Amino acid sequence: MSAQTILKVERLTKTYATAAGPLTVLHEVSFDLRAGGSCAVVGPSGSGKTTLLGLCAGLDRPTTGSVHLDGREIGGLDEDGRARVRNECVGFVFQNFQLIPTLTALENVLVPLELRGEAGGEAEARALLERVGLGARLDHYPVKLSGGEQQRVALARAFINRPRILFCDEPTGNLDGDTAHAMVDLIFGLNRERGTTLVLVTHDLELAGRTQRIMRLRSGAVISDETTGA
Amino acid sequence: MSFILKMAWRDTRASRRRLLLYSLSIVLGVAALIGISSLGESLRAAVDSQAKGLLGADLSASARQDFSGKALARLRATGGEMSLGIATTTMATFADGSHRLMQLTAVEGGFPFYGEVEVVPAGAFARLAEGDNAIVEEAALTQAGISLGGEIKLGPTTFTVVGVLKKYPGQSPFATLFAPRVQVSMAALQATKLLNRGSLSQRTAYLKLPAGTDAREAERRLRDELRGERLNFATAEERKQQLGDALKNVFSFTSLVGFLALFLGAVGVASAMHVFIRQRLPTVAVLRCLGASARTSFAIYLLQGLGLGLAGSALGAVLGLSLQFALPIVLQNFLPYHLEFVVAWPAVLKGVGAGVGVSLLFTLLPLLEVRRISPLHVLRSGYDEAGRPDPARWLVYAAIAAAVFGFATLQTTSWKVGLIFSAAMGVGFAVLAGAARGVIWAARRARTGWLPYTWRQGVANVHRPNNRTLLLLMSLGLGTFMLLTLLLARAALLGQLQGMGEGDRPNLMFFDVQADQIDRLGAIARREGVPLTKTSPIITMRLSGLKGRTAEELAADRNNGLPNWALRREYRSTYRGALDEAEKVIAGKFEGAVPADAARVPVSIEESLAKDLQLKLGDELEFNVQGVPVKAVIGSIRQVEWRRMQTNFFFVFPRGPLDAAPATFAAAAKAKTPADTARLQRAVGKELPNVSAIDLGFVLGLLDGIFTKIAWAVSFLASFTVITGLVVLVSAVLMGRHQRVREAVLLRTLGAQRAQLRQIMLAEYAVLGLLAAVTGGLLAVAANALLAKFLFKVSPVPPLPLLAGAVVVVTLLTIVTGWLANRGVSNHPPLAVLREET
Repeated sequence: MSAQTILKVERLTKTYATAAGPLTVLHEVSFDLRAGGSCAVVGPSGSGKTTLLGLCAGLDRPTTGSVHLDGREIGGLDEDGRARVRNECVGFVFQNFQLIPTLTALENVLVPLELRGEAGGEAEARALLERVGLGARLDHYPVKLSGGEQQRVALARAFINRPRILFCDEPTGNLDGDTAHAMVDLIFGLNRERGTTLVLVTHDLELAGRTQRIMRLRSGAVISDETTGA
Repeated sequence: MSFILKMAWRDTRASRRRLLLYSLSIVLGVAALIGISSLGESLRAAVDSQAKGLLGADLSASARQDFSGKALARLRATGGEMSLGIATTTMATFADGSHRLMQLTAVEGGFPFYGEVEVVPAGAFARLAEGDNAIVEEAALTQAGISLGGEIKLGPTTFTVVGVLKKYPGQSPFATLFAPRVQVSMAALQATKLLNRGSLSQRTAYLKLPAGTDAREAERRLRDELRGERLNFATAEERKQQLGDALKNVFSFTSLVGFLALFLGAVGVASAMHVFIRQRLPTVAVLRCLGASARTSFAIYLLQGLGLGLAGSALGAVLGLSLQFALPIVLQNFLPYHLEFVVAWPAVLKGVGAGVGVSLLFTLLPLLEVRRISPLHVLRSGYDEAGRPDPARWLVYAAIAAAVFGFATLQTTSWKVGLIFSAAMGVGFAVLAGAARGVIWAARRARTGWLPYTWRQGVANVHRPNNRTLLLLMSLGLGTFMLLTLLLARAALLGQLQGMGEGDRPNLMFFDVQADQIDRLGAIARREGVPLTKTSPIITMRLSGLKGRTAEELAADRNNGLPNWALRREYRSTYRGALDEAEKVIAGKFEGAVPADAARVPVSIEESLAKDLQLKLGDELEFNVQGVPVKAVIGSIRQVEWRRMQTNFFFVFPRGPLDAAPATFAAAAKAKTPADTARLQRAVGKELPNVSAIDLGFVLGLLDGIFTKIAWAVSFLASFTVITGLVVLVSAVLMGRHQRVREAVLLRTLGAQRAQLRQIMLAEYAVLGLLAAVTGGLLAVAANALLAKFLFKVSPVPPLPLLAGAVVVVTLLTIVTGWLANRGVSNHPPLAVLREET
């Protein structure tokens, strides 16, 4: 893997055991991604997009094949090893926000740093929340925030640990049109500012078009991989 | 670590009140443990500090006959102060003509040397010497309705009551319940001539030893020196040890009842924690996703579990210490002292430790799931790990079993009892859990199509996902089981006693009847219309030889395993031509008559005594019958139904050899009404004042009173388990409340009326309450049958009325509790809840 490559996926296959027999949802997928770049994974429901994202981010283990993230083969790590990798170099934004309901906006953002045992990240967390337009909502609990606001907190949380790569799973899927546009601007803005690699899973072709590369999946296999002009 | 602490605290923000409620499940268990142990500690301290008051002296020696000159000289030679007392049981007649068996006593000298005497008025004892004055125990005076200055007739003498005795050292509360104490002067006692009539009396010498004398050593020396004198010795130290051992047993076993409540509460906490963890699943997944290790997420929730245990135990400790005020009131009839409130910190620590330990062990079961929650939950909410078996679960189960066994063994200091207790708990919980699973299975398969919609929903709630059937059946079932077992056991014991005077069985007993009085007693009984049904001669004797060796030799030999009491005691035996209905020959043949000069008299021995004395058919014995040696041989072994209210004997002789021996008689009569009983007692009291009578109706009343007091004390302790069951029920209902609100809102959105929602809930709790009551009730019936057969050896009572009562009460209680805990569920505006869902 060259120094420029942040993510290298080789012959990745994922099979689940089901009552009806083994079900292969990803079949021999291979690609690599350069650091600082952006890539969208698109495809119909059930094409294996989310499974691919989960495997690339170390949330799951492949049945066969390998994933090298920031130079480390994460398939061979145990769950705690992969958790360390996620904490050190990965950021996440999910469709359903995934904030911790019992923590305030500020506390939610601080969690990745607190997990590392890093103190004194509060100023940066406040700055990030200011950056996403929530400077006045620091002490609000998720239940008091709108969907768009919750997603902005999630974005601030994703950037607090200065990730090398950001994985977004349908980041605008639960947002209305205007809010979704604002959110996308924020994601790409922060991505540029911080030089983070962006991997985006989406149905939204317009959103996908803003990335440098679009990979199309169908029935667990990559059917096209093209570069955009973005 | 700081993150774990911070996160554990922050994570409870939205649910602190709910968590506190869950922790309440263990409060009563911890409170019971601390209350009982603290009271035990206070009692032990009281026994230590007031030990000598148990006897009133350092050492006592008692005999059935007058002390010999040698005995008195030896006793005096101990160098301290000596006081002599005489006690006999006799019938007292009160001014209203009523009779009561009483313990007539007289004491000369400074006894009691220790302990507290409480008499009203204070100087009453000084007035005994003034003439025919008596000090009478308060209970007897209250019952007879007389007060100071009233009269009481003992034998031919009428005494004036000059004092009310409230407290006296060495008095057993149960003994005085049957025969309350009446104290007169020694001269007045002699003047009644009651001692001259051959009635059973006891002489006691009370010794206050010189300071620094070892009472046990003095006792040993006196025993050796007065070996042939047939004396019984007692020391304050022995009494203290006996009482200490008895108290230890009582408190060990009652604390097991407390532990059961704690165990049930811990099951409740664990169940609440299970629901709580299920609700926290997304949070754990997010934490895992953001890089938290399995250990970190586990530690966060373990800390919360620990917090629950600590909160519940701390509240339990406060309640337990308050209980110390209540328990002495509940147990006052069984306590030898007035107790001072003392905070027993070791008991508090032990109770809190047990509370935290047991609840933590139980919460580990749901907490183990946290280790296995995958971060993939953030992507797929329905994601579930393949159900690989978790070996850690088995470790936790083993730790729980070890904790139960360890606790029970520590409390009772017997690993066997610990094992039986753990096994019984295991079986009880397994049966209830099995019944719950059976109910869920049956509810799933029940054809309920014919039921109205609301009842179909209610029954379906029993088996639907996230049901609380298992927990509710366990908590309510266990509570029902415990309370019903106690009630059934009490009913079985009382039923047995009540049966004693039924049919042709006698209900009035006379004893201390002299040989020249027996015919007259028969005539009086016939005249009063209550003829005697049976008379038995009673001859006092001692064992002097056994299988060729003297009783003295055998008693001195400590290696033969023969109990000293059996070798040294005075036997009250009888002779008759045939066995009666309470006896059954199990070996040999009973001979009813032999020639008066038979070389070897074939006697019949009671089976347990034969076992104790290691005697079998054909073994030879020698009795000392009031100075006359009588050689005997074991001719038969009898089983005796001792519980029958009649005179029973260890040895029964045939007619012939003992016919001429000095005897007193016991007689029995069957009175049809209480009025007959009173009339005959009055007549006998007037004409044969030395004859004592026991009225079975009166004894039953006393026993009923004692059982009621014991049952009340035990029920009080058992109520901790029952109330814990209700707390678990409330918390189980509240756990599912959120789900219920969502369901209610959806149903209301679809047009359900509030009345329909109420009916669904009513149906569900009625089914659960009914099944829990029936399961717990059936377990109690089985337990009661076992207790009746193997422990009480009585017939179990027909359980239907009690069972039916329990089923109705528990079902209603479940419905009411469910309704109260679910109040307001249907009041939530649908829109607010539906919005929350998005």
